[in-house]
Amino acid sequence: MNSNRVKRCGISKWLLAALLYGLFPLLASANWNSPYSEEGVESQVLYSSFSGRPKHLDPARSYSSNEYTFIGQIYEPPLQYHYLKRPYQLEPLGAVEMPKVTYLDQQGDPLPKDASIEQIVYSLYEITLREGVQYQPHPAFSPVDEVLLDRMEQLSDFPQPGSRTLTADDYIYQIKRLAHPAIHSPIFGLMTEYIVGLQGLRDQLKEARKESPEQWLDLRKFPLEGVERVDEQTYRIKIKGKYPQFLYWLAMPFFAPMPWEVEQFYERPQLKQKNITLDWYPVGTGPFMLTVNNPNRKMVLERNPNYHADFYPNEGEATDQAQGLLEDAGQPIPFLDRIEFSLEKETIPYWNKFLQGYYDASGISSDSFDQAVQLSGSGEAQLTPEMEQQGMRLQTSVSTSIYYMGFNMADPVVGGTSERARKLRQAISIVVDYEEYISIFANGRGIPAQGPLPAGIFGHQAGEAGINPTVYRWQQGKPVRRSIDEAKALLVDAGYPNGRDAESGKPLTLYFDVTASGPDDKARMDWYRKQFEKIDLQLVIRNTDYNRFQDKMLNGSAQIFLWGWNADYPDPENFLFLLYGPNAKMEKNGENAANYSNPEFDRLFEQMKNMENSPERQQVIHQIMAILQDDAPWLWGFHPKNFGLYHRWYRNTKPNLMANNTLKYARLDPVERNKMRKEWNDPVLWPLWGGGLLMMALVVPAWLGIRRKERQSLRVEVK
Amino acid sequence: MSALYALVGAKPLFLWTDLLIWLLVAVILFGVSYTRKRPHLLAPWHRVARSRLAMGSLVVLLVYVVIGLLDSIHYRPALEQSEPGDEIHYAVEARTVLDWLVGDLREASEKSYSAPMATHLYSRENVEGEQGVTQRDYPRLKYGGNHLQDPQQRSGDITQSLLLGSVQGLLLWSLIVLMLVLWLRYRKGGSPLQRIVTLLRGHADVSEKQPLPWPTILWVTALVSVLLMMAIQLGVKYHILGTDKVGQDVFYQAVKSIRTGLVIGTLTTLIMLPFAVMLGIMAGYFRGWIDDLIQYTYTTLNSIPGVLLIAAAILMIQVYIDNNALLFETTEERSDLRLLFLCIILGVTSWTGLCRLLRGETLKLREMDYITASHAFGVSHLRIITRHILPNVMHVVLISVVLDFSGLVLAEAVLSYVGVGVDPTMHSWGNMINGARLEMAREPVVWWTLLASFLFMFVLVLAANLFSDVVREAFDPRVQSRGERF
Amino acid sequence: MLNYILRRILYAIPILVGVNLITFFLFFVVNTPDDMARMQLGMKHVTPEAIDNWKQERGYDRPLFWNDAAAGAGQATETLLYSESTKLFRFDFGVADDGRDIGGDIRERMGPSLAIAVPTFILGLMANITFALLMVFFRATYLELSGVVLTVVLMSISGLFYIIGGQFVVGKLMHLVPISGYESGLDAFRFVLLPVAIGVISGIGSGVRWYRTIFLEEMGKDYVRTARAKGLPEGRVLFHHVLRNAMIPILTGAVVVLPLLFMGSLITESFFGIPGLGSYTIEAINAQDFAIVRAMVFLGAVLYIIGLLLTDLSYTLVDPRVRLS
Repeated sequence: MNSNRVKRCGISKWLLAALLYGLFPLLASANWNSPYSEEGVESQVLYSSFSGRPKHLDPARSYSSNEYTFIGQIYEPPLQYHYLKRPYQLEPLGAVEMPKVTYLDQQGDPLPKDASIEQIVYSLYEITLREGVQYQPHPAFSPVDEVLLDRMEQLSDFPQPGSRTLTADDYIYQIKRLAHPAIHSPIFGLMTEYIVGLQGLRDQLKEARKESPEQWLDLRKFPLEGVERVDEQTYRIKIKGKYPQFLYWLAMPFFAPMPWEVEQFYERPQLKQKNITLDWYPVGTGPFMLTVNNPNRKMVLERNPNYHADFYPNEGEATDQAQGLLEDAGQPIPFLDRIEFSLEKETIPYWNKFLQGYYDASGISSDSFDQAVQLSGSGEAQLTPEMEQQGMRLQTSVSTSIYYMGFNMADPVVGGTSERARKLRQAISIVVDYEEYISIFANGRGIPAQGPLPAGIFGHQAGEAGINPTVYRWQQGKPVRRSIDEAKALLVDAGYPNGRDAESGKPLTLYFDVTASGPDDKARMDWYRKQFEKIDLQLVIRNTDYNRFQDKMLNGSAQIFLWGWNADYPDPENFLFLLYGPNAKMEKNGENAANYSNPEFDRLFEQMKNMENSPERQQVIHQIMAILQDDAPWLWGFHPKNFGLYHRWYRNTKPNLMANNTLKYARLDPVERNKMRKEWNDPVLWPLWGGGLLMMALVVPAWLGIRRKERQSLRVEVK
Repeated sequence: MSALYALVGAKPLFLWTDLLIWLLVAVILFGVSYTRKRPHLLAPWHRVARSRLAMGSLVVLLVYVVIGLLDSIHYRPALEQSEPGDEIHYAVEARTVLDWLVGDLREASEKSYSAPMATHLYSRENVEGEQGVTQRDYPRLKYGGNHLQDPQQRSGDITQSLLLGSVQGLLLWSLIVLMLVLWLRYRKGGSPLQRIVTLLRGHADVSEKQPLPWPTILWVTALVSVLLMMAIQLGVKYHILGTDKVGQDVFYQAVKSIRTGLVIGTLTTLIMLPFAVMLGIMAGYFRGWIDDLIQYTYTTLNSIPGVLLIAAAILMIQVYIDNNALLFETTEERSDLRLLFLCIILGVTSWTGLCRLLRGETLKLREMDYITASHAFGVSHLRIITRHILPNVMHVVLISVVLDFSGLVLAEAVLSYVGVGVDPTMHSWGNMINGARLEMAREPVVWWTLLASFLFMFVLVLAANLFSDVVREAFDPRVQSRGERF
Repeated sequence: MLNYILRRILYAIPILVGVNLITFFLFFVVNTPDDMARMQLGMKHVTPEAIDNWKQERGYDRPLFWNDAAAGAGQATETLLYSESTKLFRFDFGVADDGRDIGGDIRERMGPSLAIAVPTFILGLMANITFALLMVFFRATYLELSGVVLTVVLMSISGLFYIIGGQFVVGKLMHLVPISGYESGLDAFRFVLLPVAIGVISGIGSGVRWYRTIFLEEMGKDYVRTARAKGLPEGRVLFHHVLRNAMIPILTGAVVVLPLLFMGSLITESFFGIPGLGSYTIEAINAQDFAIVRAMVFLGAVLYIIGLLLTDLSYTLVDPRVRLS
């Protein structure tokens, strides 16, 4: 019994010690609720977040914006977008100058610049690189001690990272990697249509892999017909036909350099087992390098000590000077030493931490909107006084994406070219009130789309010329949605008076295929149902998981669906090809999710595709728009607006929807940040004291009760 | 038949869960009539009936059950005929009797959030002012308080409605009391006054062996009926618990969620019961390899983490639904099948506990003298099990059914959060909480969805917990003996 | 003893085989490798060729149960069922659909899970026992009644409310702890504080009630009467004799959940952004990464069986009357 007591006492002592020990750093730290350890508070460290583990950091595979947040800072393709200039403009990055383009005929002989499209069989892009660019320090560039390999748990365990100079071969190596059968590059299919010999290389590589599937393939040994090394600093890419958009691809990490040593380094099975792969530990020439990569918690980018000379732009848009965006003009970049990305799955904690000053920037989730932003009379977004007092800055931009509702054009009811289906689609286009949708679900952060092209993309027309006459009419200088009565009239024309088939009298039931699982989705679905009810159409929600949904889209059994597109590059072709007949989703698995097919549209699209931006191109796009708006294969939905909020200590921010390497321009004022954090996070303690008192009030009588009881029984004993 | 539908203007829709719920009701009614005739079975129920706590919570539970049952008669209303004489068609969206009763509440949706009892939207919008100037202001609601000329009158109007509601509630209550008195008088005689006094003061009638705690029952009934009438009075004019993001009435959603909670709490046990009872008794009774096999089965199932099993099964049913989309004419049918499957799979993950208990109990019973005697007389196994063992383990079954109920209601919320709960289009407290999570980050905070789901769920679970405590004490022989010792 | 343990371990094998069969059926038959491929390869520019490629890389292109193309025993072994199952039994969990090694991730995420689960478990046990004892001590007074009511009330509140409410009040309004996140080492204290407190509070309702019944049952035993008859004060009877005897059922009951602490808490972890195994599982479910889910199912089953074994062993250790047979 005694020993038992001693043991219990021991345990509680131990607990107390642990508690005190644990409390100590808590009391010592300035802010109790700081999610970071205190080091680095006063230096150029940017705090940001990621919402899920990036799937791929291999530039040949990666194809989503959350991955580009990282690899955009690490890998440097030949070109980049100018940070400040609008409309978006390409400028050299890995290259010294813009690529020289030569058009060739069938025999490979050069053609004059103004050759017609029919004549051009090949285009040749010659790219000359910057000199003396070094890779980030990495163990792949120094000899590896194979014996020690088993002991290496992380990349940072390797001793003496080396480096080497960038050559044209590295760029060529990466282009070959696009064809590698094990890498599954998402643009491989697309690039086979352009880069000469890419498909052939894939076949060769497949053959080679069959012989030795586990072995590393040294791509240097496999020639790629369309890519040619001129010298150390120069290479040429030969593509089929004329494809001016190819330059945009050259600004994406798909075309960044990849040293063969690195690929070979990561091929070791011992490393693969420890999740040390190229897909996780990128190696590049960019301003930052990934030093901590723990996708379960934190990822850290640190300044690349070998980064080449790079300077903040000297010129920008007219307003940039006033906004202080040119204060750092000509300064060497990057300014930041470190960028810490913490895992933050939910938007609410993220937003709250931003308000507490622990994140330096934030997008605004629609639920926090009213707190942060108010719309002025003219519909312009402004910060609320509270936020302005905190010194925050709001930047808005219309994104180059579109969220639309599509009709499956292969569906017998809503699809097809018949007058009846077209009228039905038009009626639905009128009644689904996207203005309301934006105000409820996106809290005003969007612009109802008049067609597939968002503002900022060539071909988009503002004002009366650009409106969708099927859905809107132009009144008093703004587009006004047509009335329900007009929709009902269209429905009568379509042969569904009051939402019923005129012949059979059966009510028209439409099916809405969605993948809804989030908390908000129920409200959204209810809203859609209400829209269709306006003209007595019955909408049945067919909810399913992502995979089934893809299946349905593939075999064309969906009827009405939601879809979105985010532009790869700022060119109308990248939007309009979503409606090009040969790109149909059904069976062909293209990007034309609506399976829209209109010969006239297809013809115009092919014509528009390869044109340079010019009034003629605008003219063709205008014709295309008229066809689309009349056919209404999509409800054009809306273009989301991006709202970015920045704390006052965060400088040099300008929304750039195309560039993904913008962190090198950012600068901070850490002293100011530290001051504000302290101010905003004063712990509120009185509820604790209050709770303590309440507990006392409860415990004391109980304790007295025990005492009394004990005494009573003692008295009994004494008696 | 179709002529009848046409006359009523509605076509009944038989959902699986509806059928099962009514089957459950039938089973319970049968059980009641069976028990009534057998005094030894009735005795523990009398103990339950004597408990004030149990009877008070039973009244609350009954209110939930009635609402749930009203919500379990689905029909498809006829669409308006374009021309008289046309064939009648029915809407694809199913309604329930409850929807029909609450009427306007369902239709009255605002544009977006509004606070409880509000007359204006919760967030500012661009409003055209009198001089045609757009201002950012809180617009008036379309339905909530739209009968008021001036929003200033709101508090007066609310007080008035509350008073009116309580008067009506008391009237309703008096009516109930009156009917009760008449019934008791018919059953037991005595003057009406005497009956009323007995009822309200709880004065135990000497002639009654089992006096019910009438005062408690009546006070709770009074409370419930006053609240009900107040809700009706206010509900037609205001959104009692505000509106959600798309402007739907939160009170209505919370009420609609009752059915989902009840279905999960009851059908799950109903579905798993036959298996658990049969296998548990078989394992204990036959022992040997049958026992091994059954033990193996439940240990295996038990060792799979429940949430993961549920997730996988829900995915499976989703695949089935999508591959057979044509089988389901309405959204309700689709979400109903998922609900049913959720019940089944929850049953699969929870039957093992009961099964193990029953096995243990049967192991004890089979050594009893009368069972060995039956064996000696050559009575068949089936007969021994049904006549001797089953009745003697029924208390274990009953206790575990009652205890499981509240746990299952709570589990629904968690599963919906994980994304493997009921269909997102279905009204359920889990879905409400899941949505409300985001609303807590808004500024100013939108708290009423969370509050509504909290209140409705809390009252149900609390009542169920209190009731189940009493039932357990009444039926568990061990608890009884202990209770007497102290 | 050793013999017994060995026998129990052997008995676990068919159970694990059963678990494996069930999960294989659910995850491979329902969700075919084609589905997985599409899910993983993303939305843009996915060709059927890319899907075939992906399957081949993963070895998912083999038949599920029976391989007609192979020869001899290969017909049964060169199948997905065989290869996937044998891998699990070697605790080789393979790679997740996104290419990360699952075993490595599990090892890494175990720490944070334990950092939440162990304190919650220990503090919860202590709090529950203390309150239960106090309630028994004050039985038949208004304090017990209010205690009982309070526990029923606490029990009737969904765990989600505790979390949402706690995070809102303590994290957002009072600035006492970080709203979410995790750091390793001593820094973890700040992040763990609130989840543990919430975990303890949300468990109090049912825990106290459960222990209270155990204590009450103990109170009815003969030795208590004897102790009282000897004239021992009530407090001494309760805190020494009853508590010590009741610890046997309490501890043996607690042992079964010990191994499962490794699995972490699904809801708490994902609300507080703790990178443990619970949030790992939820993420896998949401991302439909079934390689991870299968690994977690298998792990859970193994831990559960270990728990059962520990329970049996602890019975023999604390109660010499129980013989292992």
